[in-house]
Amino acid sequence: MQLWLIPVFPLAGFLLNGIFGRRASKAFINTIAIGSVLLSFAWVLKTLLGLGDLTTPHIERYFTWIQSGSLHIGFDLAVDRLTAVMLLVVTGIGSIIHIYAIGYMAHEGGYYRFFSYMNLFMFFMLTLVLGANYLILFVGWEGVGLCSYLLIGFYFTKKFATDAGNKAFIVNRIGDFGFSLAMFLIVVQFGSLDFGTVFPAVPGKSEAALTTIAFLLLVGACGKSAQLPLYVWLPDAMAGPTPVSALIHAATMVTAGVYMVARSAAIYTHAPAAMEAVAIIGVATAFFAATIGLAQNDIKKVFAYSTVSQLGYMFLGAGCGAFSAGIYHLVTHAFFKALLFLGAGSVIHALGGEQDLRNMGGLRHKIPWTFWTMMCAGVAIAGVPPFAGFYSKDEILMAANHHAPWMYWVGVITAGMTAFYVFRAMFLAFFGKYRGEAHPHESPAVMTLPLAALALLSLGGGYIFKVPEFLAPLFPLAEEGHDLGPVLISVAAGLLGIGLAYLFYVARPELPDALVARIGGLYQLVYNKYFVDEVYGAVVVNPVVSGSREVLWKGVDVAVIDGAVNGVGSSARGIGGVLKLLQSGYIRSYALWVALGSVLLLIVMGVAGGLR
Amino acid sequence: MTGVPISWYLILSAVLFSLGVAGFLFRRNIITVFMCIELMLNGVNLSFITFSYHLKHVNGQIYSFFVMVVAAAEAAVGLAIILTVYKSRGTLNIDDVSSMKN
Repeated sequence: MQLWLIPVFPLAGFLLNGIFGRRASKAFINTIAIGSVLLSFAWVLKTLLGLGDLTTPHIERYFTWIQSGSLHIGFDLAVDRLTAVMLLVVTGIGSIIHIYAIGYMAHEGGYYRFFSYMNLFMFFMLTLVLGANYLILFVGWEGVGLCSYLLIGFYFTKKFATDAGNKAFIVNRIGDFGFSLAMFLIVVQFGSLDFGTVFPAVPGKSEAALTTIAFLLLVGACGKSAQLPLYVWLPDAMAGPTPVSALIHAATMVTAGVYMVARSAAIYTHAPAAMEAVAIIGVATAFFAATIGLAQNDIKKVFAYSTVSQLGYMFLGAGCGAFSAGIYHLVTHAFFKALLFLGAGSVIHALGGEQDLRNMGGLRHKIPWTFWTMMCAGVAIAGVPPFAGFYSKDEILMAANHHAPWMYWVGVITAGMTAFYVFRAMFLAFFGKYRGEAHPHESPAVMTLPLAALALLSLGGGYIFKVPEFLAPLFPLAEEGHDLGPVLISVAAGLLGIGLAYLFYVARPELPDALVARIGGLYQLVYNKYFVDEVYGAVVVNPVVSGSREVLWKGVDVAVIDGAVNGVGSSARGIGGVLKLLQSGYIRSYALWVALGSVLLLIVMGVAGGLR
Repeated sequence: MTGVPISWYLILSAVLFSLGVAGFLFRRNIITVFMCIELMLNGVNLSFITFSYHLKHVNGQIYSFFVMVVAAAEAAVGLAIILTVYKSRGTLNIDDVSSMKN
């Protein structure tokens, strides 16, 4: 079925735009960039329709990549139902966001650079989900990390943007280190990296080995999917253009960790301790990030922490054994979070670059398309039935309730906070009186139509795409029925959050300030993101920087390495300075030295001969 | 080799060589220095021949032929150089021909 064409279309787009884009017209760049992604999407649809029900994976082997001893790693791509879901999300949402970016990036410099990076990202992301072994997955995994870095630092003349890119890249290295170790262990234990070889062999392995592998994979997933304690890069990643935030840092790349955990479900189900860790990290991240999101004033930061929090939900679902629920939430989250980001981008675009919620307000009449589509995303993420977020969040919370009730309750509280902070942002931006100076204008159709498409998906996506049923051949559905009580409670938490937000930011706008005055310390703590960045800075970053500067640079590099090199040079010069005295130019003095040398040699030989 | 012991030949050879070395070191006329080099070569030749005769082995004689050939070539080249030096400098004093530096 020519699976390789799926990632190769965007790769071709990247090469064409990357090489010729600088001198090309915008029409050319648009055609190549959007066309390649749409072609990829079309090819995904054609492939999936041609492959039938996909209850068994469809594998295509192209060539041997690495052959070393008994280790064989082929360049193999595979499609099963999990991959199919991911392919549709990546190419579908990717297409929509690419189209939106035409409008959003219209006035930005580096137009061709942006689209060629976006295409490159699509290539790596599709490689990631199509890979039939861990190494191909890892290639895509690193590639999307690279593109993330390049696009976060897209505005490379701004220091905070390049810093944020570095931060994302370096924090991800920590996670990737764990992932690499996990792959080494898998090779040691299974002698292969092929999914088709590794997973059937799992039941015969010791639990200790499997737990170690699962934990190391979890470290990798925590880095990529911004979970505690490695989540710090994602909020800063919002320095990139908004379509990047929507595509890479909300809908697709950051969910790679969830995908990887779900892909490795066979290992995790045999490593209960690691499963528990996944669930605990997930629920802790969900709660922790949601509290930070409550007090942010930058509209993109709110949604960034929301993304971290929702990724926590996905981990919670996976950790409770409901992998399909995690993937379900991944899909619906891709709909509504991409929409929230694109909507935020539309707001920012309308206000000429303003991102601070305190300088917005009253925008619902001025940019109605953006307002109504974002409202759809808002009700979806808040878990209001029957919109997309309700179904997936419900699945996760049911699994959590079945697994450990305390996780369910934390999840419910988080759901309430989620509804609150999203609607806080909505109310601050769209209700009340306009507090800024710009002249808001509605975005062009090329931006509002993608918003509308995503709004439809946010509203109906959960009902239309029954992901858990689709994934049932891979992840059997839980048997326990859905109790009405817990569902109602979580829905009530969401509605309560919306109601509180309405009370605080529309009905009684003086309340938040009064509340802040009452709980000042706690507010400061949350407002400053628990000072996590400061703590990391003091504990990790500064010691590394000053250690590098004082010890490695001034100590090792200057004193030892430079000292050795310079010492060799100056000693050669010193010896030469002595020896050059011999070069007098007088033949007879040379002859004398030769004669003396011969005599010395004779003496030495005589002594040596005598000793013998 | 009745009557004359091998050591006499070797001593003569050593004396010839040492005379050559001494002349090379202490004489200033280039021609003389050149002749001293020849003297050293012939001193060595003598010991080659002596050992060849004594050990009944032909190698030493062959070596001495090599030395003679090299000495002849060296004489041709060396004398040509000396002539050129004399033409350009107008002197045969070896210490005046020390312009390697600067």
